Amino acid sequence: MVSWTLIDETRETRAEVAEAPEAPLLSPAALRSAFAFELKPEGLCKGDLCVPVRDRSALVRAGGIDLRAFADLLGRPLAMDAEERLAVLGASPRERADRLASLEAPDFRLPDLHGTLHSLSAQRGKKVLLIAYASW
Amino acid sequence: MALDRNADDPRPYIERARPTHPSLIDSEHVVADLYHIINVPTVVWIDEGGRLVRPNDAQFGTDTFVQFHGKHSAPFLAAVRAWVREGRGVLPASELRAQQLLPSRETQLARAEFTLAWHLHRRGRTQAAERHFLRAGELSPHDWTIRRGSMPIRGINPMGPEFFKLYEEWKAAGSPGYPVPSLEEH
Repeated sequence: MVSWTLIDETRETRAEVAEAPEAPLLSPAALRSAFAFELKPEGLCKGDLCVPVRDRSALVRAGGIDLRAFADLLGRPLAMDAEERLAVLGASPRERADRLASLEAPDFRLPDLHGTLHSLSAQRGKKVLLIAYASW
Repeated sequence: MALDRNADDPRPYIERARPTHPSLIDSEHVVADLYHIINVPTVVWIDEGGRLVRPNDAQFGTDTFVQFHGKHSAPFLAAVRAWVREGRGVLPASELRAQQLLPSRETQLARAEFTLAWHLHRRGRTQAAERHFLRAGELSPHDWTIRRGSMPIRGINPMGPEFFKLYEEWKAAGSPGYPVPSLEEH
């Protein structure tokens, strides 16, 4: 078992992982702490939401949950560097697309130059132009 | 909202502009991900009820670089005033949805690779980071927040020859970006 850094969109956790040729294997505890998922009879569950698992043998190997199979089941992108022991599980394109197609502007909170956090939802009642720019 | 790696890079511009509105820093590209922002500047139009009313668009507030990109600021600024004062320019939902550029498997994987690269860079793992920045760019070649946004991080001049090479490739591909109705139509 080796220590990996696992990133769930932006949330970072360190967890013990069994290294395997295809993909790291997570213990149930690591799956829970890093990604807030549990494997139950109903499937892969996060809170009340469960994704059915048709082929458990693809997901569970040697007592561990295959990180790549886990990502594939959720339809989420997995960027990984095994040498650096770092993996990022990103947001699913389907989830992002559905959210944008709902036409509800996703809420967020970001800091200003002084570190003060500002949320979009605090601007309710006003028209907002969110302008993304960069020094580059 | 600056898609910059830290507060220091945009600070001189923000301090010179002295805006009366909040000026935010999206160093982790969280909002870029939520809104599928692939270029700067990008304007997102959100009404009083928190609803999107127009698709993402690349519009400029001044004519500083008009000779380079050809988009005059006047029609955009007029459209903003018309929206604020009279509520004009709001697209019907079906038309707006048809115009939205939505993320794909590749563009989301590119964002995950970019996040990975950024983490590696901050750990001092520069060569590993470079591999993943390049991979991100291969996966989403028309996302400037990745291909140009990574340049300051990687010590590459974002106004230099590497950028211009990418820019020529992008132009040759038809300058792919947001599919947008003309401002003048509304």
